[in-house]
Amino acid sequence: MSILVNKDTKVIVQGFTGKEGSFHAEQCLAYGTQIVGGVTPNKGGQEHLGKPVFNTVAEAVKNTGATVSMIFVPPAFVGDAVMEAAEAGIELAVIITEGAPVKDMQMAKAYATKHNMKTIGPNCPGIITAEECKIGIMPGMIFKKGNVGLISKSGTLTYEGANQVCKEGFGITTAVGIGGDPIIGLSYKQILPMFEADPETEAIVMIGEIGGDLEIQAAKLIKEQITKPVVAFIAGQTAPKGKTMGHAGAIVSGTAGTAAEKMAALEAAGVKVVVSPAEIGKAVAEVLAKK
Amino acid sequence: MNVHEYQAKQIFAKYGVPTPKGIMVESVKDAVTAAEQLGGPVWVVKAQIHAGGRGLGGGVKLAKSLEEVEELANEILGMTLVTHQTTAEGKLVQKLYIEDGADIKDEFYLSVVLDRKLEMPLIMASTEGGMNIEDVAEKTPEKIITVPVDPSIGFQGFHGRELAFGLGITDKKKKKNIISFASKLYKLYMDNDAELIEINPLVRTGNGEFLALDGKMGFDNSALGRHPDIAAMRDLSEEDPDEVEASKYGLSYVALDGEIGCMVNGAGLAMGTMDTINHMGGTPANFLDVGGSANAETVAKGFEIILKNPNVKAIFVNIFGGIVRCDRIANGIIEATKITDVNVPVIVRLDGTNAPEAAEILKNANIANLIVGNDLGDGAAKAVAAAKGE
Repeated sequence: MSILVNKDTKVIVQGFTGKEGSFHAEQCLAYGTQIVGGVTPNKGGQEHLGKPVFNTVAEAVKNTGATVSMIFVPPAFVGDAVMEAAEAGIELAVIITEGAPVKDMQMAKAYATKHNMKTIGPNCPGIITAEECKIGIMPGMIFKKGNVGLISKSGTLTYEGANQVCKEGFGITTAVGIGGDPIIGLSYKQILPMFEADPETEAIVMIGEIGGDLEIQAAKLIKEQITKPVVAFIAGQTAPKGKTMGHAGAIVSGTAGTAAEKMAALEAAGVKVVVSPAEIGKAVAEVLAKK
Repeated sequence: MNVHEYQAKQIFAKYGVPTPKGIMVESVKDAVTAAEQLGGPVWVVKAQIHAGGRGLGGGVKLAKSLEEVEELANEILGMTLVTHQTTAEGKLVQKLYIEDGADIKDEFYLSVVLDRKLEMPLIMASTEGGMNIEDVAEKTPEKIITVPVDPSIGFQGFHGRELAFGLGITDKKKKKNIISFASKLYKLYMDNDAELIEINPLVRTGNGEFLALDGKMGFDNSALGRHPDIAAMRDLSEEDPDEVEASKYGLSYVALDGEIGCMVNGAGLAMGTMDTINHMGGTPANFLDVGGSANAETVAKGFEIILKNPNVKAIFVNIFGGIVRCDRIANGIIEATKITDVNVPVIVRLDGTNAPEAAEILKNANIANLIVGNDLGDGAAKAVAAAKGE
């Protein structure tokens, strides 16, 4: 078991023939992901990486039965691409592209919700179910199959966390990079209960950042609904106020969304909070040993 | 991206949002000419910097004669203004806005921001104009009214009524004026991909008109491509020169006051690295995210920027390669040692895509000063020790 995606998931790629789309689609195929085709307007009918190219998502869905789309289109076209996927009946859109305008994402997310399409990202590494299905840009080899679910705003901290968990002799069920933009798709609130319901997941690693209040909402939910042990790290304890650190999510203004506030809320919810990402692996070993 | 008050008011004017008349100047002589042109009898001389709290810092003053305009322009132009939103060093005032004085009856607060929870724009207003809105939110939250606007329906009549009645504005003419003001503001927020519009104070004049006395605007950097007119308003002199230089190479850099230079890929890992250094008793000298497309040139540039800071006693390169390939970073480090004189210990931890190749490249290069970190904890510990001269 796993959450959201597995070895049977059929995936199409929007922005299939572009530089990034091609490079990562090839990596995903090599990992074993069932990429059944792709969409690039005006290139319909061609073949790329041994898979069919379609002009529209609707056509791709009709011909391949895909339920998931991995989106690599340039930032200015992300909103359009997400809405097209929703309209075509895609169930989950994984948006990798960085730099999509916030206004476009507001519109696209509202439209996706209306069509019951889940979204992950934008500006994220994607989702991976270890040794089954990789939809995104993460280095696949570090994700060994195991019993730990991982959810993170930050891409590279996803890799750092997964790597440590695996080095401790454990492994990953599914890892989800949710991204740190102002408007994101699935978040802790939706994904934590999925891990709770997944029989193979025995512990959860949750990685957050300064800015916003998603981690505070997650703490509330963990207290009420999550019985599995959770290990958390919040990046940005030492970030200066009022400065954007790399992406939009990582900004602290005033007192709202500080690392200290989030760490305290999570601790109060029974979460094992570590002060450095270097301690994630050991903390997971500790909580799993206690079980 | 932020713009100056005078630029925000130019955008307001385009949308028919009323503001007092004003002219931006860069010299004392032009300040007097501008004041003559505006006519008076009262003018406001305002420092133009990208920070709030200018009034309290002495950057906004009232002049009742042309002589006073000259005096104040002389005083404010070239001063270093320190406010609660600037650093302790403050900001040099290079531009002034000379503005007509207004007949103020009432002061309000009005802003449009993105509500991240509702995922839509929110109009926020208060009768407590002219005050620091964070203080109002903390002490008297009931005095702040919020009206979310769903972009799929846009600004409707009921939004306007909620706003006007919420502010206690019931007089027919005044109500009409405030609603029209807010609807224009919402439109310009959406049209221009703004991140924030804040008017504090928004004033009601003796004849019942509403005027934006101040104007603060920030824009979504990701959308600047479709707004060349706004992108052209960027004032590089308001930004940190090192940050600007770094951004030209796709690097995201923020200077801090510690001793360990950091070069990391990804904002989260970069902050996590700073946290780890701090936790181990060291102090980070900067935040530097090399981003997803790092290559030899950008890494070399990163070293150059980090080493400009004389406080740096060691550099910690911490890369977990996903899109970033470690062999490219390794080549960048070698390149950097050729271009720049790297005279401090460099602790390198490379993991992920092509890490074994990277290790081989670094080994064969035989660089003095280079210490290998085996993982994040080990690398951070070695960097902290190196910075202490151990």
